[in-house]
Amino acid sequence: MSEVVAMTRRGLATRSTRPFVLLGLVLVVFSLVRVVTGAQELTSAGTLQAAIALSIPLGMAGLGGLWSERAGVVNIGLEGMMIMGTWGAGWAGSTWGPWQGLAVGVAFGAIGGLMHAIATVTFGVDHIVSGVAINLLGLGITQFLAVQVLHNPTQSGEIPSMGTFTVPLLPGWMQSIGAHQWFLVSDLANVIFAIVDHPAYFTIMAVALLPITYFVLWRTAFGLRLRSCGEAPYAAETLGVNVYKYKYLAVLASGALAGFGGAFLAIWSGFYHDGQTQGYGFIGLAAMIFGNWRPAGLAVGAGLFGYTNGLQLRSPPAVHALLLVLVIALAAYSAWLLYKRRWVPGVISGIFTALVLLWFLKTNELEQHIVSATPYVTTLLVLSLASQRLRPPAADGLVYRRGGGR
Amino acid sequence: MIRRIGLALAAPALALAFALAVTSAILAGTGHPPLEAFGWMWDYGTKPDSIALTINLATGYYLAAIAVAIGFRMNLFNIGVDGQYRLAALVAAGVAGAIHLAPILTVAITIVVAMLVGALWAAIAAVLKVKRGVSEVISTIMLNYIANAVIGYLLVPGRLGVNVQGSQGVGTKVIPPSGRVPGFSLVGGSQTQVYGLVVLAILVGVGYWFLLGKTRFGFDLRATGRSESAAIASGVNVRRMVVISLLISGGVAGLIGIPNLLGESYSYSQNFPAGIGFVGISVALLGRNNPVGIAFGALLWAFLDNARQILDLYQVSKEIVTIMQATAVLSVVVAYEVVRRYNNNRHQREVARSLEKLKSGTVPA
Repeated sequence: MSEVVAMTRRGLATRSTRPFVLLGLVLVVFSLVRVVTGAQELTSAGTLQAAIALSIPLGMAGLGGLWSERAGVVNIGLEGMMIMGTWGAGWAGSTWGPWQGLAVGVAFGAIGGLMHAIATVTFGVDHIVSGVAINLLGLGITQFLAVQVLHNPTQSGEIPSMGTFTVPLLPGWMQSIGAHQWFLVSDLANVIFAIVDHPAYFTIMAVALLPITYFVLWRTAFGLRLRSCGEAPYAAETLGVNVYKYKYLAVLASGALAGFGGAFLAIWSGFYHDGQTQGYGFIGLAAMIFGNWRPAGLAVGAGLFGYTNGLQLRSPPAVHALLLVLVIALAAYSAWLLYKRRWVPGVISGIFTALVLLWFLKTNELEQHIVSATPYVTTLLVLSLASQRLRPPAADGLVYRRGGGR
Repeated sequence: MIRRIGLALAAPALALAFALAVTSAILAGTGHPPLEAFGWMWDYGTKPDSIALTINLATGYYLAAIAVAIGFRMNLFNIGVDGQYRLAALVAAGVAGAIHLAPILTVAITIVVAMLVGALWAAIAAVLKVKRGVSEVISTIMLNYIANAVIGYLLVPGRLGVNVQGSQGVGTKVIPPSGRVPGFSLVGGSQTQVYGLVVLAILVGVGYWFLLGKTRFGFDLRATGRSESAAIASGVNVRRMVVISLLISGGVAGLIGIPNLLGESYSYSQNFPAGIGFVGISVALLGRNNPVGIAFGALLWAFLDNARQILDLYQVSKEIVTIMQATAVLSVVVAYEVVRRYNNNRHQREVARSLEKLKSGTVPA
C-alpha cells in the first residue's frame, strides 16, 4: 500500500497504470530514434509482425513453464515437449490439415508433460533430471518416429496454412497513417496494424491464453489451490487439497502449452523439420524467469526477445540504430544513479554510456555476427539493468510426498 | 560388506536393465529384432578401433560432466558449459597455432589459455548473478548463443581464422607438431590411438574428488548446495562461493575440447565437435555427481554413441539409442530411489528386531 502511495506522490503512476506508462515511454524512445536515424524498419509493420510471430512460440513455452512451476514442478523439459509438438503438428498437419495438426501437436506436448509428471510427482525424481531426460526423449522419439512414420528423418510434408481473421477497415486506415512516418503517430499506427492485419486464428488463441492463464491461476479457487501446491504443498494438504492431482494437471497443461508453441512453429513454417525449435523451450523458460513467474512479465520477456530477433532477421542495418536506444537507456540509468547519489556506479555507467555513444557515432553498421547475437545480448542487458526482485514459488523444485510434512 | 556392494550395484544394473527393456519393446514394436540389434552394437562397439574411439569420446564427456557436476554440487545449473568449451577451444587453438616454443611449454600454455577463456566466459554469468541477481540458468543459456556469435566473429580470415587448404572452410592455423600431444595404442590391433590427454581427464577427476571431499572449500561448497541458510549461518560467504565455483566449472569446461584439439584435429573449424556440454549434463546426472560414477557414465554414453553407427547398416534407425540414453538417465534416479527406500525399510526392520530381542531378554529379569 505504502508503495502505491509513494509512487503516486512521485507523480509517476499507480501500480495498475505503470506498465502502460512504461510501454508508452518505450514507444516514444523508439519513435525518436527512428526519426533521428532514419531506420524506418525499427517500428515498421513488417518488423512488428515478425516480432509477434517469433514471440509466440517462446511465449507459449514460457506459459508452460509458468503453469508447471506455479504448482512447484520445475520444467526444464519444455524444449523436449516443444519438439514433440512440432513433430506431432508436422505429421498430423501434413496428413489431415492445420487444425488437426494443432490438436495433435498440443496432445504430443501433453504426453511429454505426462511423462514429466509421472517421473517427478509419482516417483519423486529430481525435477532437473527428469527435465533433461524429457529433452533427450523428445528428440529421440521424434527422430525415431520421423524415420518410421514420415520415412524422412529430417522433415515432414507441407502443412496447409491456417485461416486468418479479417478485421474490417481498421488495417487500411492504420496502414495509411503508418505510411506518413510521423513521429509517434505512425509508430502507434504500425503497432495497431501489426496486430489487426489478418491475424491467424492460432495467433489470437495464443495471445488469449495469457489473460486466460492469469484469470485461471489468480482469480479462481482452482488457481489458488494450484498455486498453493507451489508455495506450501504441506499446508495445502492440511486444507484438503489433493496436491498430486493439481501437480499432475499443472504439468499436463505445461506440456500442452509447450506443444502448442511447437505446433505454432511447425504450422507457421508450413512443415516440420528437425531442429525446428532452436532452443526456444529454454528461451521461453528464460522469459518466464525474466517475467518473475507472472504472465504479464513473461509476455514482456517473450516480446522483447521476439522483437529483437525479428529486427535482426528482417533488417540487420536497423540493429545499428538499437545502439542509440541503448545509449538513451544507459544515460537515463546513469542519471537516476547520480540522482540517488550513488556516485561510483553512476560514473561507471556514464562512462559506459559515452563508449556506446562513441561506438554508435563512429560506425555505420554492425558486423553480421554481432547482429545475430542481438536478441540474446539484449535479454542479458535488460535483465542486468532491470532491478532484480525475483521471487519463484517457495516450494518450486522440491519433491513432495503426501504426508511427508513436518 | 558384500551386501553393501551388491546394493550399490543394484541401482545402476536395474536402470540399465530397464532402459534395455524399454528400447527392446520399442524395437520389437516397430518390427526390428531387439536382441540382434544389441548384438550388432556390442560386436561393433567392442572392436579395438571402436574401443579407442569410445575412450576418446568419453574423455570430452567426462570433463564436461565434471564441469557440470561442480555447479550441481553447489545448486548452480551451468547450462553454459557448451559455449564455454567451444569458445575456449577456439582461442586456445588460435594461440597454439601461433606460438613456437618448447613442446611441453606450448601444451601448458594452450591448456592454461583454454581454462582461462572458459572461466572468463563463465565469469560473466557469475558476476551477473552476484551483482545483479540474474539467474545463472538464463544467463548461461544466452551466453551459449552469444558464444556462437563470438566464434563466428573470430573465426574469419584476418582474425583467428585462415582458409583451410583444399576446402571451402575456415579454421584456425594448424597447430605445429611441437604443440601437439601424441596418443598411444591402448588396445592391440587398433589403428586409432587414444588421446594422450586422457591423462588430463583423469587428473581433473582426481582433483574434483580431492577438492570436494578433502578440502574446507569443498565442504563449504557442498554445505552451500545443501542448505544456503545453514552455510551463511556458519560463516560461508555465499557470493564468493558462487563466483569461485562458477569459475572452476568454467575452467574445467575450457578443457573439454583440448584432448581432441591437441590429439586429433589440430585446428578449430566449423567441424569441431559441438554439443558436448549438453551431453555433460546428462552424464553428470547419470553418474550422480560422483567422479567414479561419472567415469562409468561417460564411457557408457560414448560406447552407445559410437556403437549406434552400425545400426544404419541394418536399417534400424539409430535414434533408438537416444531414447535408450534418456531412459537410462531417468531410470537411474528412480532405481536409486527404490533401492534407498528398500534399504531404509530393511534398516528399520533390523532395528525393530534387535529392540524386540532386547525387550524379551530384559523382561524376565
